[in-house]
Amino acid sequence: MANADLAHVRSEEAPTLPAPVSTTGAIGWMRKNLFSSVGNTILTFIGIWLAYSIIAPIIQFAFIDAVWTGDDRQACLATQEGQTVGACWAYVKAYLPQFIYGRYPLEERWRVDVVFVLLVFTMVPLLIPSLPRKGLNAILFLVVFPVVAYFLLTGLVIGDNVILPIVQTAQWGGLLVTLVIAVTGIVASLPLGIALALGRRSQMPIVKLVSIIFIEFWRGVPLITVLFMASVVLPLFLPDGVTFDKLLRVLIGVTLFASAYMAEVVRGGLQAIPKGQYEGAQALGLRFWPMMYLIILPQALKMVIPGIVNTFIGLFKDTTLVLIVGMFDLLGQIQSSFSDPNWSTPTQSYTGYLFATAIFFVFCFGMSRYSIFMERKLHTGHKR
Amino acid sequence: MSDNAVLSDDYTPDRSKMTVSETDVAVEIKNMNKWYGDFHVLRDINLKVMRGERIVICGPSGSGKSTMIRCINRLEEHQKGSIVVDGIELTDDLKKIDEIRREVGMCFQHFNLFPHLTILENCTLAPIWVRKMPKREAEEVAMHYLERVKIPEQALKYPGQLSGGQQQRVAIARSLCMNPKIMLFDEPTSALDPEMIKEVLDVMVGLAESGMTMLCVTHEMGFARKVANRVIFMDQGQIVEQNEPEPFFTNPQHERTKLFLSQILHH
Repeated sequence: MANADLAHVRSEEAPTLPAPVSTTGAIGWMRKNLFSSVGNTILTFIGIWLAYSIIAPIIQFAFIDAVWTGDDRQACLATQEGQTVGACWAYVKAYLPQFIYGRYPLEERWRVDVVFVLLVFTMVPLLIPSLPRKGLNAILFLVVFPVVAYFLLTGLVIGDNVILPIVQTAQWGGLLVTLVIAVTGIVASLPLGIALALGRRSQMPIVKLVSIIFIEFWRGVPLITVLFMASVVLPLFLPDGVTFDKLLRVLIGVTLFASAYMAEVVRGGLQAIPKGQYEGAQALGLRFWPMMYLIILPQALKMVIPGIVNTFIGLFKDTTLVLIVGMFDLLGQIQSSFSDPNWSTPTQSYTGYLFATAIFFVFCFGMSRYSIFMERKLHTGHKR
Repeated sequence: MSDNAVLSDDYTPDRSKMTVSETDVAVEIKNMNKWYGDFHVLRDINLKVMRGERIVICGPSGSGKSTMIRCINRLEEHQKGSIVVDGIELTDDLKKIDEIRREVGMCFQHFNLFPHLTILENCTLAPIWVRKMPKREAEEVAMHYLERVKIPEQALKYPGQLSGGQQQRVAIARSLCMNPKIMLFDEPTSALDPEMIKEVLDVMVGLAESGMTMLCVTHEMGFARKVANRVIFMDQGQIVEQNEPEPFFTNPQHERTKLFLSQILHH
């Protein structure tokens, strides 16, 4: 090869061209992701077949063959030989108030509704980043709302004046119990978990030791055991005359249990923060708490949002376990309705479980989507 | 600092602006020793820095130069001897450590900007939370220094969106917002691409011309020649040699200094 070939000077700019049509758009996407090879094409068709064979019967059962109206079990029975009857939504409709309020007295149920409305109106604005006055909002949700909700739900008696009649927590049930346990557990376990995570990484040996023992104890015990201890064993150790509410005991148990998991999730985030961030903050003269609050925790928590929400979702679903200590959450309430002879049909339990599945899924999927939204929102470009 | 964006290579900073105080001591380190476990990292360090001095500290890696300047704002603890910064002796007393950190700015090799805050928020954070400055005033101060390091237009971006050189200039501006009396630089250009080193050094030259007391751990010998009034060579945890830049580079005395200089200057 002649030496002259090694030298090259570009004489004109190469034009920038659009990508070939076959690699962009819907067709390009399908070609690349679904039909890129023979094996992939076969897998695609198997996948479509599988999805069809699972989803089609569910739609058939839940919508096409479903019974939507009726006053008792007759509506959900096959009227002639060979007829298939799907979901008995008439039964869910009839039982809906029980699924939501449990045995909460009929004439007092408006109080629960008010609590639900207040919950939505104080929590939702807090979750939307673009809305202003977050500080005031947080006070409303974390301080005012719990107090108001407590008196609304349990009742308020001042002296001899019954302003709101007392409703025993034993009468609560359904979605109300599920939400009370889940929301309290979620809101209380996050700060407690952060405190425990900081404690476990503390330089102070006593704080560190106490945190480790606390975390390892609660993580080492099954939640069912915690609930049994809270509802059955704990009263045995309390002095005579001292009782406190079973729901409260369960709430504390669930919160402490969840906070131990939360602590480990948060600790994972703290460990991922480079030492330079601490040094940068210290060199500027920030003390420990401002440094943690302004620099370290915002980054650490952002990093472990998936883990935090994972714990939240787990906690939400674990509320169903209170059934074993004689409390009726949404699932418990649905199950107890199966014993009603008025609505006893072959599809009753399927319908009930399908309904429970749908409700739990909506809440958990909502949390999951919100966490993804926050992750994107808080993303600020590349690391460092 | 001059107004041209990039100083030309043969720009000679005006040393007449860099006055060194005869009486005012900025940092005084006496018989300082430090160990990591059993390992003696800093041995018998003695250093007196007058107000207005620009000191360049060089030496092979692991020689303890970073550790030494990190002792000055207590990112590292010394076990023996004394360090007096701006008239305050460093002890375990958290109040004194806070006081010193307020007066001593520091720039790091990896910038250590806060990635979740904008450039402006990075700069206003310490003035607001440490100096209790009103937000508006802190933002004015921040914009002033961001202009001085020539990136005011980046104020609302996040650190991850900036180049390395820009990030390091932000880090310098962030320190300056606290109006420090002394600036520490811990290898500020070591993590930068060659074309970005210059923009950072230009800012540092400007800072020297403004009369700032500076201690710089760096291998930028051009910077040392132009700006430093003293070059310190460290090896194996000791100060081996120190001198004014001209004699230091042209006529090193200690064998190890000669070896080190021959390695970094003739490659």
